Amino acid sequence: MNNNDNLVNIRGVTKSYQRAKQKVEVLHGIDIDIARGDFLALMGPSGSGKTTLLNLIGGLDKPSAGSINVAGTRIDQLSSGELARWRASNVGFVFQFYNLLPMLSALKNVELPLLLTGLSGTERRRNAEVALRLVNLGDRTQHKPKELSGGQEQRVAIARAIVSDPTLLICDEPTGDLDRHTADEILGLLQVLNREHGKTIVMVTHDPKAAEFAHRQLHLDKGTLAKSANNGG
Amino acid sequence: MKYLHLIWANLFRKKTRSLLTVLSIVVAFLLFGMLDAVRVAFTVRDSLEGASRLVVSSKLSIIQPLPYADLAQIQRIPGVEAVAFANWFGGIYQDRKNFFANFAVSNNYLDLYPEFVMPEDQKQTFMATRTGAVVGRNLAKRFGWKIGDKIPLQATIFPHKSTGNTWTFDLVGIFHARDSSNANQEDQMIFHYDYFDEGRTFGNGTVGWYMVKIADPRHTSQIAQTIDHLYANSVAETKTQTEKQFNLDFAKQLGDIGLIVSSIMGAVLFTILLLTGNTMSQAVRERIPEYAVLKTIGFSNQTVLWLVLGEALLMIALGGVFGLGLSVLGADALSAAFRGGVFQVAVQTWLSGSVLMVVLGLAVGFPPALRAMRLRIVDALSGH
Repeated sequence: MNNNDNLVNIRGVTKSYQRAKQKVEVLHGIDIDIARGDFLALMGPSGSGKTTLLNLIGGLDKPSAGSINVAGTRIDQLSSGELARWRASNVGFVFQFYNLLPMLSALKNVELPLLLTGLSGTERRRNAEVALRLVNLGDRTQHKPKELSGGQEQRVAIARAIVSDPTLLICDEPTGDLDRHTADEILGLLQVLNREHGKTIVMVTHDPKAAEFAHRQLHLDKGTLAKSANNGG
Repeated sequence: MKYLHLIWANLFRKKTRSLLTVLSIVVAFLLFGMLDAVRVAFTVRDSLEGASRLVVSSKLSIIQPLPYADLAQIQRIPGVEAVAFANWFGGIYQDRKNFFANFAVSNNYLDLYPEFVMPEDQKQTFMATRTGAVVGRNLAKRFGWKIGDKIPLQATIFPHKSTGNTWTFDLVGIFHARDSSNANQEDQMIFHYDYFDEGRTFGNGTVGWYMVKIADPRHTSQIAQTIDHLYANSVAETKTQTEKQFNLDFAKQLGDIGLIVSSIMGAVLFTILLLTGNTMSQAVRERIPEYAVLKTIGFSNQTVLWLVLGEALLMIALGGVFGLGLSVLGADALSAAFRGGVFQVAVQTWLSGSVLMVVLGLAVGFPPALRAMRLRIVDALSGH
């Protein structure tokens, strides 16, 4: 089942929720392989299940049925505590609304994932500074989120996502709250992380222009894979 | 410790709310420290060691009189230098709210209290005037009394044989405390026991308590035992104790001080529990998406639980330690204001205060911490 070239193998995944007395199936038997170093855009209309799928791949939720294998680990079989540890060392998350902690500086926000490691305070600070320099915010380390623009906040969020050097980056509409120019900068940065640093990226987006930055696009509709397209990049 | 900056930043992100909450905790623990100092003062017996004066009162009750005949027997005990006596009068000047201590004393009473300073001529006049009375400087100032004034007191316990409830005294002396730290002792009035005993309608030939001056304070404990042994199994058994302990026992007539103090402390701390509990719950409710983010990036449920508990504990500890620190000053002020009372915030109070801080912190922090721990990331991030 597990192809060595693939970082993620998803087989027969379904996900259903209980809404009042009604059971709602959001995903129906999804099969996807994501190669190591891939940059995948998940697209589809609202309610198609793309964020649900993204949450399953990132280990934020568990499937109702099927298997999810990431880098040789069956994450659908991990306990809550094991999943937390797995996320800490394998996945970086980027959200639409950045989700930075407002009372912490950019540097302290980026340091957060490193609190879960055995690194010393000095090492944590040094690694966070490196990550911030990588997203061109080396001069904004002491700024609080409210002192930064939307694009800068998203860069801090990306720095936080990559600071513990995860293999996989999960991005949920990372440019959904940004203007076109800033969005392109953020997408360019994700491309750099993908091409030069080997990060595998799975990105949910509504924006066809954003999707063009990915290697390939998967379209979901009503919980099933509708079509797949390569961008030729 | 590596999470401390995170806890600290969370605690003071809404400065006004946090400062007001911490301030209320400061006030609660200030009260706790002071009230506990009062409770300890009323429940811990004062040591006899080193005291140069003792008070002998009835073993049964402080209001139970002792025979006048005891005087000669106590005077004969080796090591006793002098014995004076007094009787509570409890007279009211014009209005019940004008309360002050007033009692009948033996002629040598002032000899046993060199800390009360009065001009010699006034002392002589007092000794020569049967209806004479002397008052402390504060009391004279309070009612605008001058030497030569006639002071009528309404009896609440002892009516006069011929004048009914009204006893009239001639003010012949005004004393002040030698040491300004004892200025609170200037709020009393004393007059002659002889005048009192002749005039009262009952209880003649008895006294309220004896004051015993000890020649050598090293023998105080032994002399106290001798006195109490002398009257053991008699109709008027005695309890010999220090003046401080006597004053505290006198104040205890108000009621069960320990119960009163504990009830007030309980009410205050329960209020704090509700207040800080509400603040913590509100703070955590506002931050649910942030806790979801922390869990997303790998913080375990337990770590999130401890972050919230740590915040509650830190908040209570900050206010508690500062409040208890202030109560040390408060207890000093209370000691200065209370005659003979030595109120101290004891090590025991600090220890029980610390335990209380932990218990309060856990009680306040646990419900919101549990909520933060149990939140589902997907629901919290999507705003459900």
